[in-house]
Amino acid sequence: MSTVLHSAPKFASNEGVLDTLTGALGACVVAAREEYGEVVITVARDRIEDALRELRDNHEYQQLMEIAGADYPDRAERFEVVYMLLSLTRNHRVMVKVCAAENTPVPTVTTLWPVAGWLEREVYDMYGVIFAGNKDLRRILTDYGFEGHPFRKDFPLTGYQELRYSEEDKRVVYEPVELAQDLRSFDFMSPWEGADYVLPGDEKAAAPPPAPAPPPPAAAKEAPKAEPKPKAAKAPAKKTAAPKKATAPKKAPAKPKGDKA
Amino acid sequence: MSQFQLEQSPTTGDEVISNYTINFGPQHPAAHGVLRMVMELDGEIIERIDPHVGLLHRGTEKLIEHKTYLQALPYFDRLDYCSPLGMEHSYVLAIEKLLNIEVPARAQYLRTMFAELTRICNHMLNLGSHVMDVGAMTPNLWLFEIREDCLNFFERAAGARMHMAWFRPGGVHQDVPEKLLVDIGEWLDTRLPRLFDDAMSLVVDNRIFKQRNVDIAVVSKDDAVRWGFSGPMIRGSGIPWDLRKSQPYDAYAAMDFEVPVGTRGDCYDRFMVRVEEVRQSARIMKQCLAEMPSGPVASSDRKVVPPKRAEMKSSMEALIHHFKLYTEGFHVPAGEVYVATESPKGEFGVYLVSDGSNKPYRCKIRPTAFSHLQAMDFMSRGHMLPDATAILGAIDVVFGECDR
Repeated sequence: MSTVLHSAPKFASNEGVLDTLTGALGACVVAAREEYGEVVITVARDRIEDALRELRDNHEYQQLMEIAGADYPDRAERFEVVYMLLSLTRNHRVMVKVCAAENTPVPTVTTLWPVAGWLEREVYDMYGVIFAGNKDLRRILTDYGFEGHPFRKDFPLTGYQELRYSEEDKRVVYEPVELAQDLRSFDFMSPWEGADYVLPGDEKAAAPPPAPAPPPPAAAKEAPKAEPKPKAAKAPAKKTAAPKKATAPKKAPAKPKGDKA
Repeated sequence: MSQFQLEQSPTTGDEVISNYTINFGPQHPAAHGVLRMVMELDGEIIERIDPHVGLLHRGTEKLIEHKTYLQALPYFDRLDYCSPLGMEHSYVLAIEKLLNIEVPARAQYLRTMFAELTRICNHMLNLGSHVMDVGAMTPNLWLFEIREDCLNFFERAAGARMHMAWFRPGGVHQDVPEKLLVDIGEWLDTRLPRLFDDAMSLVVDNRIFKQRNVDIAVVSKDDAVRWGFSGPMIRGSGIPWDLRKSQPYDAYAAMDFEVPVGTRGDCYDRFMVRVEEVRQSARIMKQCLAEMPSGPVASSDRKVVPPKRAEMKSSMEALIHHFKLYTEGFHVPAGEVYVATESPKGEFGVYLVSDGSNKPYRCKIRPTAFSHLQAMDFMSRGHMLPDATAILGAIDVVFGECDR
């Protein structure tokens, strides 16, 4: 760990905490690390209650401040549930994590802290993680009758339904979301470094050159433009369009003339 | 059911009243926003409360995932709109912790001072509305005069009265005029104590106010810990826990101030803790003013903090940095942190997960009111219906923050 330059809250030293806690939790621990001054311990899902009880009763982490959900769709167990514990007496914080999938319930910790009730409800509402044993696992933040779990990465930012007050019906009506224009999302990765997607048009270069099929009559005039210079085919992309257009005109002016002739 | 048997009520003599359920809110002046509480009453005694929150849920955390780090900052103003800078504080500190970037001393002092001004501003609103919830009109109007002063100071520092977006990763957005510091110093010495003591003299020893608050919703130390209380709520229960003291951030380590605690853990104690906090905040602000260092107000790391306009006129490098920072934004190293500061309402935390890109992968906001409001049920059980407003007032709940 390099020297601390930032001025974020400084709690008691982490020194030795990781070893002590992983030692105490024993077989529950799946992974443990210390990064950015935060002690993060991943425990087995079905042992979370035991692990937190051990931390609360024998290691003075009296307060459960927060339960956060997070969604990592690429993983086999896509959700993470993160418990933030605070020790008032030792002035220290740890994060305890479990992983869960949509169909694997996490044992509730409402038996340890009553505050966990709403915190678990929120994670359930936002991500759909089931907490086994929570007696009041209703939705909490979303609308009455809401469907889906909005903070999942595959849930669109705009949602599926919008509501408005209808003057004719004299009540609030729900309608499917209709956008005049799609939400724009820019990616800022440089196409030369870091971008891990195929730019539109590049797939043509990778694929073996297909036998020149007779182009449909309507597209015939367009086709010769693209084929002589494969780089120009990359152009119709989102952000990358701008620089490519700059190179295109060099060739382009000749073509329209040819087309007209 | 042939024989309709009404439940025997302990509160009424010969009359037999069955339990009934009423809706408190979502449109109720004492609900401090859009809170719907389904109350089960036995006569006038509260048997059970089921708060329904989320009527102001805007999906802030999801929106933040689609914005760059800097674009996400103004969302924090709109969480707890009574103490905007307190919200920004956790967020910028979380980013700085991931970046491990040094903030110049003057920026730390400015942040500390304005965080305390925010605390005064917030408490003016809360104390005033708490007093009004239990029936007194005048103190609220008097306290709004102080709040108006605070908002004017914010405007002079940041250009906006409420949604400042003034704390930035690496420092603050721009320096304050020297005259502003002079004026704040004068205000702290003269106007604030006079107006505040005036308003409080109407309330703190008032018989009616005490009757409405003393011994209402007593919370023991154990309960305060188990229900995840923080801020004035946990201090009201007698636990001297203040993140500014125990986990100092920015310039708080250098500040000398007291942490007021309650003795009985009732609504009156929570009120008085806030009253004393205002005085302590003024004390911290005076120290900040006295020790205010000179120098830059933001980090000189040009990969995080954009250059000033004047510099851009002569330096190509500065122009490029400015362009990159306001389009792409800065990249934050992959990792996760949980940073909590002492906002005026309690522990306000930000759990920030970065995947190394220019947008947060996940930004979980830990609101203060969420835990406190959950305890509403056990706090008000057995109290009278009108006490619910006093309890709610002492929680200091703002729904922009609770619902996010």
